[in-house]
Amino acid sequence: MSTLEFTEAEEAFRLEAREWLAANNPGRLPSMDTAEGAAAHREWERTLASGRWSVVTWPEIYGGRDAALTDWVVFEEEYYLAGAPTRISQNGISLLAPIIFGHGTEAQKERYLRDMTDGTLVWAQAWSEPEAGSDLASLRATATRDAGGWRLNGQKTWSSRAPFADRGFGLFRSDPEAERHRGLTYFLFPLDADGVTVRPIDQLDGTPGFAEIFFDDVFVADEDVLGGVGDGWKVAMSTAGNERGLSLRSPGRFCAAADRLLDLWKIDPQPHLRDQVVDAWIGAEAYRLYTWGTVTHVESGGSVGAEGSINKLWWSDLDLALHETALSLLGADAELSGPWVDDYLFSLSGPIYAGTNQIQRNIVAERVLGLPRGGR
Amino acid sequence: MRFGRTPEQHAFSEALDDLLGAAEVPAAARAWATGDHSAGLKLWQRLAELGVTGLLVPEEHGGVGATPVDLTVAFERLGYHGTPGPWIESVAVAPGLLARTPDSDILQRVASGEAIISVASAARALDADISEQTYAVSDRVGLDTPPPSGSGGSTSDAPQRAGVETNTVPSATLHHAVLGVERKSVDPTRRLFDITAGEEISTVDAQPALEVGTLACSAQLLGAGLRLLDDTVAYVKQRTQFGRPIGEFQAVKHLLADVRVALDFAAPLVHNAAVEIDAEAPTAARAVSAAKVAAGDAAYLASRTALQVHGAIGYTREFDLSLWILKVRALVGAWGTPAEHRARILESLVESR
Repeated sequence: MSTLEFTEAEEAFRLEAREWLAANNPGRLPSMDTAEGAAAHREWERTLASGRWSVVTWPEIYGGRDAALTDWVVFEEEYYLAGAPTRISQNGISLLAPIIFGHGTEAQKERYLRDMTDGTLVWAQAWSEPEAGSDLASLRATATRDAGGWRLNGQKTWSSRAPFADRGFGLFRSDPEAERHRGLTYFLFPLDADGVTVRPIDQLDGTPGFAEIFFDDVFVADEDVLGGVGDGWKVAMSTAGNERGLSLRSPGRFCAAADRLLDLWKIDPQPHLRDQVVDAWIGAEAYRLYTWGTVTHVESGGSVGAEGSINKLWWSDLDLALHETALSLLGADAELSGPWVDDYLFSLSGPIYAGTNQIQRNIVAERVLGLPRGGR
Repeated sequence: MRFGRTPEQHAFSEALDDLLGAAEVPAAARAWATGDHSAGLKLWQRLAELGVTGLLVPEEHGGVGATPVDLTVAFERLGYHGTPGPWIESVAVAPGLLARTPDSDILQRVASGEAIISVASAARALDADISEQTYAVSDRVGLDTPPPSGSGGSTSDAPQRAGVETNTVPSATLHHAVLGVERKSVDPTRRLFDITAGEEISTVDAQPALEVGTLACSAQLLGAGLRLLDDTVAYVKQRTQFGRPIGEFQAVKHLLADVRVALDFAAPLVHNAAVEIDAEAPTAARAVSAAKVAAGDAAYLASRTALQVHGAIGYTREFDLSLWILKVRALVGAWGTPAEHRARILESLVESR
């Protein structure tokens, strides 16, 4: 693929991953946002965990391999090259787990980490509310003190995976007097608790990939507060960084899609689409190399801050352009249901979730370029 | 796995910034455009003392024997500061092109900064009037020189112009060039001369040297784009309209954020192309094309955005921004057009799938 230099150990790790995937990968499963597909995807998580591939960078005691970031990217390259299924546990593994590792109690680590590595506990995220989207800090759902814990009330929406998940995580206003970012607390809660109503919402692709969640005096014990009471915003923002940055969208995904696009081109090369095909490949290649640059930076002690927003802008625009090009190549057949249409519909959500691309551009302008904050 | 610059390369970049930042390069570039080369040649000497002119000349010939990555570090800074002169031709191309020819002796003086070389690209040679020698490369079986493409568009799918030849021509002939008339470039600091092939020097495999030229051009474009962004960011912080700095407006913020994204994702492609050339990877030519396309696109977006955000002041020759706007426009089409490079990438990808 290129001349990036990997150590013998890294190459051995790549080979081990490739061979294991070749032997175990079930290929494309029914959509994970259906009852049948959710069960099949949980089963796949169990299989992944049995080979210790579900969370390679985690400590061994929680089911990982203590692998370096380089190995994680290598694994992801192989994973997408193999065309393995989407990960139903991604909310938990990529968004929640880093926060449990960083802010959670020992008891929370014991209670939740292992169970999210093998599909036993699937997590839904619960950030947005009907009146709090891009302006997340304006959220209104409340948490009020009760003996030994809290009572949650209000409504969350666009909660990914909620229809078939076991538990959720999100922010609630625990101090009604405090302003916006202050007075929020991060809670973990069961989706089958008394007072929780989950109403699935069909997404553009016709499957209920997200849901509304209604909270009617839902009791949550103190042990399910993640981080300090009132510290929810700070805690949640470390999740947002992960969601935009490296952990959610590995380069392997786009390189594999660019390869499939080239295969499509070879079947029916249409000269007027040449530049778009090439640009999709260049975009995926740039993303792969940029990621290796980030890995090098992080492994030599650096961190990823607002640059995560630069990353998110790139992969989300690339993903959409790549799939639009595929549909153009398919011509009249592009409207027929199939993998390209499924993946295209999914790519449409990229510029919206994890903070819209307009919000990301504000972040890049203000925190990377240093432009003055001001009126929106 | 390691992908990025070394501490020494960062230090080299800073040393170039220190020198060029204090050297009043825009004034030298403006003088160069009028045919007054004195300030630009002085700059050439000072950069030679820092080792820039000898980067790719082997140590036994008085050079530095540096890597293609080191070269991209230097050219990014040359582009950032708008340094005039045939840097690509003399520093990036000549060492590889002349190494195994009867003319290789000149490289010692290229390294020391005494000799400046020009090499024709697309039937024209940059700054040939101040170069000690100008070279033309021609296809062994084809035309003596590639056809001039100054008059019409150059959107041909056949990637045969100097800088983007395909691997079907392993050997070419190297000639001393005979200078013709001067042609005006959109970038007045680029003084171009029509050439025809003169005395034949030798048979060469010119392709690797031309790839390095395209790589250097990509790095220069990246540097120019970074400069356009920096100057525009500085401008929108101090330019006030409607009672506040225009950098507060989201319309302006979003334009500049897009430039940052484009430049940040072009940079690793340029770095990777240098790494692949160094490793003589079979995909090196494709990597160079990807770098040229991405750096050209990003720098062009930077120039369009810089002009739009500056408004009328940006549309003047007097304002220094024009130096970079016009240079980017010229370099986007030099060393292979975006269309030619995209064609070469696709050809390589289709072959390897």
